Amino acid sequence: MIDKIVNQKAWFFILPVTLLVAFNAIIPLMTVVNYSVQETFGDNVFFWEGVTWYEQVLNSDRFHAAFLRQLSFTGMILLIEIPLGIAVALSMPRKGPWVSVCLVLMALPLLIPWNVVGSMWNIFALPDSGLLGRMINGIGIDYNFTQQPVSAWLTTVVMDVWHWTSLVVLLAYAGLCSIPDAYYQAAKIDGASGWAVFRYIQLPKMKRVLTIAILLRFMDSFMIYTEPFVLTGGGPGNTTTFLSIDLVKIALGQFDLGPAAAMSLIYFLIILLICWVFYTLMMRHEN
Amino acid sequence: MKISIYFKWAPSTLYIIFLMLPIYWLINMSFKTTNEILGVFSLWPQQFTLDNYKTIFTDPTWYNGYINSLTYVVTNTVISVAVALPAAYAFSRYRFLGDKHMFFWLLTNRMAPPAVFALPFFQFYSAIGLFDTHIAVALAHCLFNIPLAVWILEGFMSGVPKELDETAFLDGYSFWRFFIRIFVPTIAAGIGVAMFFCFMYSWVELLLAKTLTSVDAKPIAATMTRTASTSGYELGLLAAAGTLTIIPGAFVIYFVRNYIARGFALGRV
Repeated sequence: MIDKIVNQKAWFFILPVTLLVAFNAIIPLMTVVNYSVQETFGDNVFFWEGVTWYEQVLNSDRFHAAFLRQLSFTGMILLIEIPLGIAVALSMPRKGPWVSVCLVLMALPLLIPWNVVGSMWNIFALPDSGLLGRMINGIGIDYNFTQQPVSAWLTTVVMDVWHWTSLVVLLAYAGLCSIPDAYYQAAKIDGASGWAVFRYIQLPKMKRVLTIAILLRFMDSFMIYTEPFVLTGGGPGNTTTFLSIDLVKIALGQFDLGPAAAMSLIYFLIILLICWVFYTLMMRHEN
Repeated sequence: MKISIYFKWAPSTLYIIFLMLPIYWLINMSFKTTNEILGVFSLWPQQFTLDNYKTIFTDPTWYNGYINSLTYVVTNTVISVAVALPAAYAFSRYRFLGDKHMFFWLLTNRMAPPAVFALPFFQFYSAIGLFDTHIAVALAHCLFNIPLAVWILEGFMSGVPKELDETAFLDGYSFWRFFIRIFVPTIAAGIGVAMFFCFMYSWVELLLAKTLTSVDAKPIAATMTRTASTSGYELGLLAAAGTLTIIPGAFVIYFVRNYIARGFALGRV
């Protein structure tokens, strides 16, 4: 860490960023706050409602159900993607021509537009004309993600694993590459087992990048909208209606602006809170 | 020994195969006729056709979608990195009133679900007359790309020793001359990584891009969803359009492939 000089003029450097982000964040966020405490019947006529919408959202079964679905989805993909990402990163070559090949191929899913990811998995998993659907049905399992809740749920999880595990791989791989060879040589001299090398050398070195990976994956999966929307449309029934899909349904579909705005703020605060708690815990552990 | 080497490579090999299967299936579909897709199941096209691609390259509603998307993505990348550079420099070199709070506030915008902002953005950009323009989408995407760019660049800049700045100032460089001629080339790798991420997140985002556009600036991704719902099930065309959206990303990855791993390790990302 470099010691920094106190310089209030530095504010001029961050002024453009502040203005641009404030322009994008504060004005729309104020609109949301505005809607969340008022009732409107159009024509810019508003009535003060106080915390009615917040109470309504917090007490609604629909919100609870969507929130639980969201939590279990995020929990599931984190439990799969983080260990899988580490395992793949460990097995990647450290040098040689294959490194580039691996990196390029693995980064590919990250740069595909999210609705294309949805369409791609739709085509891939169709029970009659998709490769995956055909294979699963071929081995005797009845599978149809447009009609069976379990299939829809599993397809969404596998799609997310396909889409985002590479981010964890890239981060974990970067962490592994930063370990000097001397560490491994020392471990070899000490006769350390493969597990010991992983537990006492590789894992500690990857800790920071893994924290970032978990944070990013948590945030992004908690906001997931496009991929499940294109794949299943939130169905069958409500089985894959996550928080964002539900929010868009309420805000743009039913145009219930008050409840939608209250839900938006609660949703945003939940993400902030979880990120903050996680980050603080990780940092405290480090010190 | 040899077997154990194969075994060691197994997870990454299997993982890459798993990644490639859906992409292969998409490309496979894009060379098939709609009749073949719905009629027979085959692992490769039986009646190979380029018609789907021909439709896309000759129909303006399709190829304009690509031009629109690339326009706002490049605009956004340039804006985000340009304004993030001085800000990241300030965060990495100076202490000032409220610096930590500012940094955290910036990052909270990265945590804001786009679904929360869709409706207010629509109203806001309509009110200031920017609805359905490329700049509207480019500005809207700044919401999550600027914090990310600042975060990445700050990590890289903190890795550059402060002596570099001091020596340059002693040599009589003015601040901006030093910044542009010496500092920016020094952290070129970081700028590459930041641009990669800005490009990526702007290119893949659809919810805001779709909400803020209707005709003139409609992104390719929105063209796809609307075509899919209006003209029935033209899977071949959809697959061809999807395949073409993978290409710009593949190009970008190819150019920054050596920086990605290094960038993550150096930067504080």
